[in-house]
Amino acid sequence: MSEPSDREPGIPASNETGPERPRRAESTEVTSRGTVTIDVEHCKGCDLCIPACPPRVLTMSNAVNHMGYRYPELHPGCTGCAACLYVCPDFVFEVFRFDKPMVSAVTS
Amino acid sequence: MTTVAHRTLMEGSEALARAAIVAGCRFFAGYPMTPFTELLEHFAKLLPSAGGVCINAESELEAVGMAWGALATGARAATGSTGQGLSLMQESFSEITLAELPLVIFNMARGQQDYFQATRGGGHGDYRHIVLAPQDVREGVEHVQLAFHLADKWRNPVLIYGDYLLAHTQEAIAVEPLEFPELPAKEWALDGALSGSGASRSVTPLGVSKVGQPAMGQEGKAQYLASKIPLMEREARVEAGHLDDAETVIVSFGSPAKFVKYAIGLLRAAGYRIGYVRPITLWPFPYDALAAAAANARRVGSFELCAGQMIDDVRIGVAGRAPVTFIGGVSTDHSGFGVGRLLDVEAVAERILALHEDRELPIVPGYESFSYQLQEHQA
Amino acid sequence: MSERGEAGIPPREETMSKRTTGVLDTSSPPSVPARKVEAAVPDLLLTQEHQMCPGCGEPLAVRQFLETIDELDVATRAIAVVGIGCYTAFSGSMDVDLVQALHGRAPSVATGVKRMRPDALVFTLQGDGDMVNEGLQEVIHTAARGEKVTCILLNNGVFGETGGHMTATSVIGQRTKNSLDGRDAEYHGYPVLIGDLIAQLQGAAYVARGSVHNAGAVARTRKMFKRAFESQLRHDGFTFVEVLTMCPTGWFIPTADGPGYMTETLGEVHIMGELKVDGRIRTTQELHDENVAKQREHEAHFAAGGERGG
Repeated sequence: MSEPSDREPGIPASNETGPERPRRAESTEVTSRGTVTIDVEHCKGCDLCIPACPPRVLTMSNAVNHMGYRYPELHPGCTGCAACLYVCPDFVFEVFRFDKPMVSAVTS
Repeated sequence: MTTVAHRTLMEGSEALARAAIVAGCRFFAGYPMTPFTELLEHFAKLLPSAGGVCINAESELEAVGMAWGALATGARAATGSTGQGLSLMQESFSEITLAELPLVIFNMARGQQDYFQATRGGGHGDYRHIVLAPQDVREGVEHVQLAFHLADKWRNPVLIYGDYLLAHTQEAIAVEPLEFPELPAKEWALDGALSGSGASRSVTPLGVSKVGQPAMGQEGKAQYLASKIPLMEREARVEAGHLDDAETVIVSFGSPAKFVKYAIGLLRAAGYRIGYVRPITLWPFPYDALAAAAANARRVGSFELCAGQMIDDVRIGVAGRAPVTFIGGVSTDHSGFGVGRLLDVEAVAERILALHEDRELPIVPGYESFSYQLQEHQA
Repeated sequence: MSERGEAGIPPREETMSKRTTGVLDTSSPPSVPARKVEAAVPDLLLTQEHQMCPGCGEPLAVRQFLETIDELDVATRAIAVVGIGCYTAFSGSMDVDLVQALHGRAPSVATGVKRMRPDALVFTLQGDGDMVNEGLQEVIHTAARGEKVTCILLNNGVFGETGGHMTATSVIGQRTKNSLDGRDAEYHGYPVLIGDLIAQLQGAAYVARGSVHNAGAVARTRKMFKRAFESQLRHDGFTFVEVLTMCPTGWFIPTADGPGYMTETLGEVHIMGELKVDGRIRTTQELHDENVAKQREHEAHFAAGGERGG
């Protein structure tokens, strides 16, 4: 199998989920047009939602659910596009769109 | 119009098809195979104008599958073939029985006879089909209607066991609808109406059910169906005659039985004390009638046109009360589809009399040359 | 020739500056005014719980056709005929009147159902082992006869339920439990491209092959289900939707690699697209061009926030 980065932008080469986070202290404004509820107890840790999310606002947790799987966690920037719901085999996501987009200041 | 109120000359296949339609059969699927083919032809011709569907399936497997689907909607449906074609349908027969669907199956058996297949089943697991073996077209017309009733009564397949003679003999027949006791509505039948209600239905051979509904599990379902089998045994039917003082009792079914009865009539007229038992249902087999007949007899003969299949049930029924002897034999024509030399009143009478007089059975001319010779390495 | 790529993933550099340690609370619906755009579980699914493996593509397809049935408002006409495979488990959770068929035999059962209930929406749910191995004859005859049913194929190129063995759709080079060195043309023969075969039959009115390897593909597959069901309801003829699904367990790969593996193996041979529409068989070039266009369309759609109907 050739390097995924040549042909499949966004799918991690291994089980890594999501890009590394920067270590610099910075304050940015992020707009969230939507949000999701995540039924963590039904997640089987397949990771498919992570690269599926266009704004890349999902990362896998460090904690595990009662089945022993890590599950997705949401960061600001969700657009409510429902891509995560489309690719989730376990019906974990419910998707909402805010009446008015929410702006949050985020710092790392 | 499928009902034929006055007697009309027609071949057995047509009479059986008309009887099925009169009984409410609205779906038939089959694959041509001698000597069953004409049954398919008649269904194809008669069903559409009766508001039904007949499909010339591309294989026997697909034929039984289509009937399965039709049954699941609550329709009266049937399929059929000859023994060889029914062999192909066996997995589906087992599973349709597990799914408790009321399939009616027609076997127009070839010369080899399919008693084992019909009563022991070629399918897997514990299952029984009620098997009706008409002796002629007139009885066939009654049995077909009875078959649809029994199938619905028990939610279990019923098989009509016929042969070349039944399918192709032309008789003057009136196909009139028979009355049967009322049966409960088919609440289990599928029409889509309950989809989305939370109470949707499934028709399944498995011991599973929809989420939220009780399930039997695989073992439970098998046990449930196993416990239905002895309850169906009350459907045993038999005809017997000349038994009061019979020294010899002859057991036979289907077309050959009519020859046996006629031969016994002739022998009785000549003073011989011979009687007969004719199983009408091959399953449930009328063991009790056989036991009663054998109790006062000196000997029991089993006449069938094969190497001996029904004889196993005869022995079970007689249970040692009298010696049981096979007086039938392989008998078919050059094609293997039809009837042969043994289905002849003289030949039958000869064999019955030989048994009655404790003589050796006459050998069918020519059969010696086809006897298997034991070889050295087998001795 | 199939179009690959996740829907709308921006380059990493753009997202990195937005990284934050702040994880949001997703345990309950938002308290600020918002509308639900997608429910977690389709109405026609009695429970979200199932025994499919992590990363299995089959539930993705099941969701889409169940939601399509509701979208078309034909739930009370729907009758399903389910084959035997991993997906058989959904026979207990799909809130649809249902017949359980034997391995390979669903098309003939569906035929009997539809002939007796011509106004029902009758569909089969089968895997590639079921439909293309055991039941090849059944589906071809049902299509040729133009039976007005929709056969749905979940194609993952393996017998999943029995542990990952080669089927008639496994591609050359694919490693399975009984082709451990990869499917070899000389020894094992070639795969059957069932969607393409069915499209050749005159009785087939609409034939499509979808996939669930990314959100765009899933959305596109949804439209295929809708067109297939609409075609059945118009009594056009036989309709067929094949869906390539991931089976990381049967493919012996990590779950996250499922989509990539699929597009590189199955997807290269079983080409995605509407193979037959309005009775016309599409050419390979048409399919290729359409796949490229659709992928771009979906990337833009999801990047823009994915309004339904786009």
